[in-house]
Amino acid sequence: MKFYRNVVLIGIDDDSLQSGAREIETLLKREIARHNLSDEINVVEAGALGFFGTGVTLMIHPGQITYINVTKEDIPEIVEEHLLKGRTVSRLIMDSVYSRGYDFNYKHRIVLENSGLINPDLIDEYLGTGGYEALEKALLNMSREEIIEEVKKSGLRGRGGAGFPTGLKWSFTAPLDAKQKYFVINADEGEPGTFKDRLIMEGDPHKLLEGLIISSYAVGASKGYIYIRGEYKLCIERLQRAIDQAREYGILGKKIFGSDFDFDVEIKVGAGAYVCGEETALIESMEGKRGQPRSKPPFPGVVGAWQKPTVVNNVETIANIPGIISQGADWFRGFGTSDCPGTKAYTIMGDVSTPGLCEVDMGTSLRTIIDNYGGGMKNNRKFKAALVGGAAGVFLSDKLLDVKMDYNNLHEYSAVLGSGAILVMNDDVDILEMLWSVIRFFRHESCGKCGPCANGNEILYKLINNLRKGEGKKTDLDQMLQISEAMFNTSFCALGQSLLLPVKSAVTNFKEDFLKRIN
Amino acid sequence: MAGLAASLGSGAMTNDIAGIKEADVIMIIGSDTTAAHPVIAARIKQAVREGKTKIIVIDPKQIDIAKFSEIYVAQRPGTDVAVINCLMQVIIKNGWEAKDYIKERLEGFEELKAEVLKPKYSPENIEKISGIPAASLIQIAEMFAKAETAAVFYAMGITQHTTGTDNVWSVANLQMLCGNLGKPGGGVNPLRGQSNVQGACDMGGLPNVYPGYQKVGDPAVQEKFEKAWGKKLSPKVGITITEMIDGAYDGKVKAIYVMGENPYLSDPDQNHVITALEKTEFLVVQDMFITETAEFADVILPAAAYAEKEGHFTNTERRVQRLQQAVNPPLDVKTDWEIIQLIANAMGSDWNYQSVADITSEINLLTPQYGGITWDRVGRLGLQWPCPTETHPGTPYLHKDRFARGLGLLKGIEFKEPNELPDEEFPFILTTGRVLQQFHTGTMSRKTQGLNNLAGPMIMISAADADKLGIENSEKVRLSTRRGEIEAPAFVTRRISQGVIYVPFHYKEAPANRLTNPAIDPVAKIPEYKVCAAKLEKIS
Amino acid sequence: MKIMINGKSYQASPSETVLQVALRNGIYIPHLCYHQRTGPAAKCRACVVQVEGMNGLQTSCNLSVRDNMKVITDSPAVKAAQKMVVDLALSTGKHDCLACEQNGDCELQDAAYYLGIEHPSYQVEIPDYPLDDSSEFIYVERDKCISCGRCVVGCNQNVVNEVINFAYRGFETKIVFDQDLPMGTSSCVQCGECVQLCPVGALIDKRARGKGRPWNLEKIETVCPYCGVGCKLELHVDTLKNEIIRIKGVEDSPTNEGMLCVKGRYGFDFVHSPERLTKPMIKENGQLREAEWDEAINLVASRFNEIIEKHGSDSVAGLASAKVTNEENFVFQKFMRREVGTNNVDHCARL
Repeated sequence: MKFYRNVVLIGIDDDSLQSGAREIETLLKREIARHNLSDEINVVEAGALGFFGTGVTLMIHPGQITYINVTKEDIPEIVEEHLLKGRTVSRLIMDSVYSRGYDFNYKHRIVLENSGLINPDLIDEYLGTGGYEALEKALLNMSREEIIEEVKKSGLRGRGGAGFPTGLKWSFTAPLDAKQKYFVINADEGEPGTFKDRLIMEGDPHKLLEGLIISSYAVGASKGYIYIRGEYKLCIERLQRAIDQAREYGILGKKIFGSDFDFDVEIKVGAGAYVCGEETALIESMEGKRGQPRSKPPFPGVVGAWQKPTVVNNVETIANIPGIISQGADWFRGFGTSDCPGTKAYTIMGDVSTPGLCEVDMGTSLRTIIDNYGGGMKNNRKFKAALVGGAAGVFLSDKLLDVKMDYNNLHEYSAVLGSGAILVMNDDVDILEMLWSVIRFFRHESCGKCGPCANGNEILYKLINNLRKGEGKKTDLDQMLQISEAMFNTSFCALGQSLLLPVKSAVTNFKEDFLKRIN
Repeated sequence: MAGLAASLGSGAMTNDIAGIKEADVIMIIGSDTTAAHPVIAARIKQAVREGKTKIIVIDPKQIDIAKFSEIYVAQRPGTDVAVINCLMQVIIKNGWEAKDYIKERLEGFEELKAEVLKPKYSPENIEKISGIPAASLIQIAEMFAKAETAAVFYAMGITQHTTGTDNVWSVANLQMLCGNLGKPGGGVNPLRGQSNVQGACDMGGLPNVYPGYQKVGDPAVQEKFEKAWGKKLSPKVGITITEMIDGAYDGKVKAIYVMGENPYLSDPDQNHVITALEKTEFLVVQDMFITETAEFADVILPAAAYAEKEGHFTNTERRVQRLQQAVNPPLDVKTDWEIIQLIANAMGSDWNYQSVADITSEINLLTPQYGGITWDRVGRLGLQWPCPTETHPGTPYLHKDRFARGLGLLKGIEFKEPNELPDEEFPFILTTGRVLQQFHTGTMSRKTQGLNNLAGPMIMISAADADKLGIENSEKVRLSTRRGEIEAPAFVTRRISQGVIYVPFHYKEAPANRLTNPAIDPVAKIPEYKVCAAKLEKIS
Repeated sequence: MKIMINGKSYQASPSETVLQVALRNGIYIPHLCYHQRTGPAAKCRACVVQVEGMNGLQTSCNLSVRDNMKVITDSPAVKAAQKMVVDLALSTGKHDCLACEQNGDCELQDAAYYLGIEHPSYQVEIPDYPLDDSSEFIYVERDKCISCGRCVVGCNQNVVNEVINFAYRGFETKIVFDQDLPMGTSSCVQCGECVQLCPVGALIDKRARGKGRPWNLEKIETVCPYCGVGCKLELHVDTLKNEIIRIKGVEDSPTNEGMLCVKGRYGFDFVHSPERLTKPMIKENGQLREAEWDEAINLVASRFNEIIEKHGSDSVAGLASAKVTNEENFVFQKFMRREVGTNNVDHCARL
């Protein structure tokens, strides 16, 4: 392997592409060549480097110097000053842009450990990090039962939102004697403000693939699907390339690593309906039908896609599997809390200095996340609320800033971790407006299958519109609570149940924002 | 039904409707099921959508149910025997026939083999005759024969030919060869076209049999009925409907008593029928309406509608079901049985039925298959004959362990061309049938305006022929045969083969049976409605 | 097995659902989307109940019974949930009962009655759905539709005509014909399965509108007079007017399982047609004139006797009918054979 003096990581993700990342990459390489540095400096395409809204981002090693909002005009300067002369271009360095430094937390990353560090389009780079060793171990040295046991022991819980124990979910499907079983990766990531799965897939597609193969082996599925939303073009490209490369290397196909396990993967592109994140609606959509949930029982693990036993797991969940297998459950339990081991990827949005992605231990408090990974409140404004868990989440007030966030702990405060989206709001924000936007979202995304969800959302939308216009009554607040309560109790799937938390938390924790609109 | 009765010993649908979902393969030949028997079509489509059943459709028109088929092919009208013989040849040559079944339950296999193995029934040759590709014939044979249980459903597309009996016998041959008779989901299933056509046959509304298919001319049978009825009866087999018309035409038949029928529109060669009716010395028509036939009557007797009376209909699966009176008939309208009793007594007889149930009891006594289907037992959901005793549960499917005649009889049937083939003057093949929204001669269905709005007269022609003749869709065209002509709007479609024309027979303003060929099947006496030679012309 | 509902024990079979056992025993649970011929859909959510040992509320229509299951259908919490579901449905459609054809036979009305909902609690603007009267026999009033899906299942799984489906999403979800065509121009064959299954007044028999309240109509079962399938009909009759108002299929008939075709369901006008014969008629000098029964019968009898006398029995022929009853055919052939003395009897079985 060749050694370089410097490595320049350029974050290629959907956001940076829109800021012209490809052009800048070309220009960067041209400038490096112009200075005859091509043998000394390697430019590596990586996934997102961990920020959001920072345009084209370069990270130069050694030193982990991060330049943000880089434009074409900046490139000659960066090459000449930093790469040639070894002097940083301080006006572009992130630390100088934001008041506080950014904590990359590399030591505590599992699912994002390679993200931003390796070229996701090259399987060799993944192999170079020890990739697919877990698969080899699983296929050649472990029985299916041992794998499931290890996952159970690790305490891994589903990262899609519900937090169901992963090993337990598998153990319903694994013993079934069926000719065909399927393993489906839920990469529909429809929760507003959530893009952790996208960045995992963009940054390290092989990790997901490796996790999928191991998981499928464990439950006895010979066919895997990655159901991914159509907007995730780059993910689809990179995953497809990863699949093609894995096939070429014999990591997919017949008798993987000389074992008797045959497996292949197909990508299914969704059309971007929120409800298709619900596993049975996802399966319906995958089968080519209207994306609407099915009755449970039977659960998909028993009767799923095309009536065959099917396990559906979230991207982040499965990206944890290679680590658990290669390093063991105990290693995994070294992260996070005792109830909820491991890490959690969060997307931090809203009124913070550095919106973006981070992966931290379970149990990290909201305050830590905002301060260390969100760069603190933007312009030092006062924190008012955070919507945690996506649109289906909870409006938390500052009283809960120091609560250790994991599935169980939040539950005690009637809150949820959900998808890991954190929307931070400063004291300018009107919670009624925020709730209006949440309700509008659910009204738009209700699939229409069941009455309470379709009708309830419509009526909630009408009620909050009235409040917004100043035409509401105090009893409207009670009605909103009653309706969302009934929707929670009677809706067909989680979509219709979702509004209870945001409505209740908004109306209870931020009542003044509602009352002030009522005469 | 004659073919079926001869081969199996009984002429009716062998299986039941509920059993449709048990079939692995269903062949639909000569039945536009969704149009003529929509609810049975629904049951077949259900079976297909549930995933168990596959269907094969053989029909000159690409009928609606073809959409649900695994294989659809169009045969030239009138080549059914050739097609089925070919299927049997392929089956026997590949050894797909039900060997044990043939050994244990059938006779005549060698004779059948001698016929169908003739080189002229090779798929390549039959492709030339029927227009069905050889590869499709082989595919159909394989799919059909290899099915665990296969059923054949047919209707008038099989029977209304000069070779109708042959066609039916061929279907029976195929089903016996494949061992599909006598089990749920299989069978030979003629779909009966009218509400009580099965019952009319069962009740001896036929010139050669008494109720229960007991043969006229059999001395024991004659004695039974003479004893029951206390009168001497004629041992001579009577004449069929077509022979009645011919007899009237020739002056041999002087009086005709028509109850609820409309031969003016339903019989072939309408002009011949008109002359015959005119010549009939005394014509009595008993009906709800002044039908086209009733216009010729000397006396018309007003009869009650189905909703105005009690009694039973027997459906296509031999299920006897109760009619209940829902409304009163108009004043001065009587039920058919009351009228018949009045006439009988006016002629000096001694009838004394007090109610419909009295007649039902007599049926129970004299009709073995109906012995146990008493007034009190029929219930809401009916009973399927044969049901000989009051404790018998009824029979969902026939020929379970043995055929009605003992061994099932296979018989080699030679393919014969239809009576009238296209020629230079009449280059098209005309075939007739039904549409969904109308029924038979329209006496009932055409009184509902909505149905008329949905389906009026039409002449269905292929897009290719329309192009050639410069005919637009909906353009009025003239269709003629050696017997007459009609005019109606053209219905131009790709669903019918080139050279074939289809006309529904419901409409008095464009009566298909003015055109049809009265040539009849020598055994069953069915006219060849499904094939005659025709000429199509643009009017302007 | 046995299950407890509201503290009382009931016999149940393992293939049954809680809703079925309850309904069978006269325990009403509001339900809008369940129908015996379309199966449980769990869409309307009105049939929620509480089950001991299970979290939250369960829809009873798709809840299989288990031995010793303890079910509560009428606690305040359960009824409150049911009431809200039905209230939301009532609030989001134009459910004016006064002139609705389904009044008295409406499952939404039944639910509202049971739950004591006098007025819907909320009112929202509903999309402007014009009445679709494009088909000959069926009205489609989408603003009464509660999206229960019974018509969709009926059209696709029962009659398998595959015309109706849901389109659009959420509150805008509506039933459509083909690619959202008017019913009359779609591929619908107007079998009326959807009308029969509709629990409310959204799909109704066009010609029956305003012709009789359900409770005033007597229901009589008989057999369809058209093709040979023998579908069992349920005639809804105004007995005072002596008129058939509408026809439905008999749901438990083994021949048609409630299904009918366009003729069987809607083609009954002939019964009350003004063209019906109401008097015997005799032809005189080439013209038909009305006659009394005595005259007509005596004429027929004497002419038959004459002709038999003069030309022999075989000069008379009779056509029995594929459209009249077994009993009538039986006496017809008996008449020909016994009174006329000929076997010249046939009918149009072949035609």
